[in-house]
Amino acid sequence: MIAVNITKRLDTAEGSINAHFELTINDGEFLTLFGPSGTGKTTLMRLIAGLEKPDSGKIEVDGKVWFDSAKKINLTPQKRSIGFVFQDYALFPTMSVRENLLFAAQTPEQRHNVDELIELIELTALSNRLPATLSGGQKQRVALARALVRHPKILLLDEPLSALDPSMRQKLQDELALVHKRLGVTTLLVSHDIAETVKLSDRMASIELGQIVRITKPMEFFTPQTLSGKLQLMGEVLSIQYDHPVYLVTLLTGNNIIKAVVSENEARVLKVGGKAIISAKAFNPIVMPLT
Amino acid sequence: MESEFFATMALTFKLAAITTAILLVIAIPLAAFLVFSTMRFKSIIETIVSMPLVLPPSVLGFYLLLAFSPASLIGSFLTEHGIRLAFSFEGLVIGSVLFSLPFIVHPIQSALTQVPRSIFEASYTLGKSKLETMLRVILPSIRHGLISGIVLAFAHTVGEFGVILMIGGNIPGETRVASIAIYDEVESLNYVMAHQYALTLFVVTFAILLLVYTLNKKSLGGIR
Repeated sequence: MIAVNITKRLDTAEGSINAHFELTINDGEFLTLFGPSGTGKTTLMRLIAGLEKPDSGKIEVDGKVWFDSAKKINLTPQKRSIGFVFQDYALFPTMSVRENLLFAAQTPEQRHNVDELIELIELTALSNRLPATLSGGQKQRVALARALVRHPKILLLDEPLSALDPSMRQKLQDELALVHKRLGVTTLLVSHDIAETVKLSDRMASIELGQIVRITKPMEFFTPQTLSGKLQLMGEVLSIQYDHPVYLVTLLTGNNIIKAVVSENEARVLKVGGKAIISAKAFNPIVMPLT
Repeated sequence: MESEFFATMALTFKLAAITTAILLVIAIPLAAFLVFSTMRFKSIIETIVSMPLVLPPSVLGFYLLLAFSPASLIGSFLTEHGIRLAFSFEGLVIGSVLFSLPFIVHPIQSALTQVPRSIFEASYTLGKSKLETMLRVILPSIRHGLISGIVLAFAHTVGEFGVILMIGGNIPGETRVASIAIYDEVESLNYVMAHQYALTLFVVTFAILLLVYTLNKKSLGGIR
């Protein structure tokens, strides 16, 4: 179990704020830090990795203290058992795929497992290639595999899929889910993609301006409880057209475009570019006596 | 005559080689310091490193000569320990190292600046120390900057004139390098010898640079 309770002064677009993060991550859990950019998601990740130092607080992993301001303990990133996947992948340019993974290996056993990992990410055929010759999706997979070589206590993924096109992103989300299921490594993901968050995470922490405002299951977060529809989709409003006497709303949900008819009152609260929920309530069955 | 020519050329390249080797050891940590340090007096050090670019070589040579003279604090200390730097090969090496410093530091510095921060951090998160990261990850990936720096420092030392003239004089076999020899031969109207030195320097430096640029271009290919 990983217990984090730290503060850190953050410089944001709206000035300097005192961020306070408190959360516990269970063993083998996939937890997503969700929220708009500039709220401290990446910073929290870097604080856990030891790449930045908290102003105060404590980070404890499986009973071992990684950071404690009171006891002046601050382990270097080298001494923390972490796997970090950076937004730009940060592959070592002069090393081949295989060498990138071997570089991470510390024991003969880990060196031995490198080929297995390369197979897991389906890059066996490309294992002697240099990173510069790989596509974005392939680089991402190498970065993921490299982060897993040392069997870290926690895998930290900093928006690893943000630079990829939608189809590659979906494919890698599936792969990420598979890898997490196979290896069971405790994982922390930074994301502002709803589909990604719902698909991958056991729980999510919603972050706003340096605070964790809510930790829930992603479905509970994205689908407000007041609705009890059987079909429910989240989407972005693309357009609102007046088509006498009703309004026609076009929504983008995932890769699908859905049109729906709404009344004037309903149309007034929607705005183009905003998020919306579209739901269809099932009709109640009609029960009648037979004569 | 011939043997003197070869002795002078050998001395020239020996000086350049030793200078470059010393510079390489100094320049990498110095460049890393200039890129990553947040110390206050950093810009002062940066200025000192860059001074030889704009300072007349005679100025540097003059102050080195003063420093080396037994009358100065440094000079008297050295003399006490039996070291003589003025008009000696060792003195030339020190002068050349100072004078060629920016030519090797700047390419390494700019190459280091271009390495993304995340490359360093990725290596740290994989448990590697700063030193190991530098040796195994960073230096290989800035090898083009390193090679440019080495070549520039070497070529610049071969072509150096002013500082050497000031501190080294013109002692055959000890401090007489090719650039000084050319000047000397021209002064005594011995144009044939001057030409021999000049053409040799021209051809050799051209060949070195050509080789380096060709190799550099080849190694830029992707698959190996």
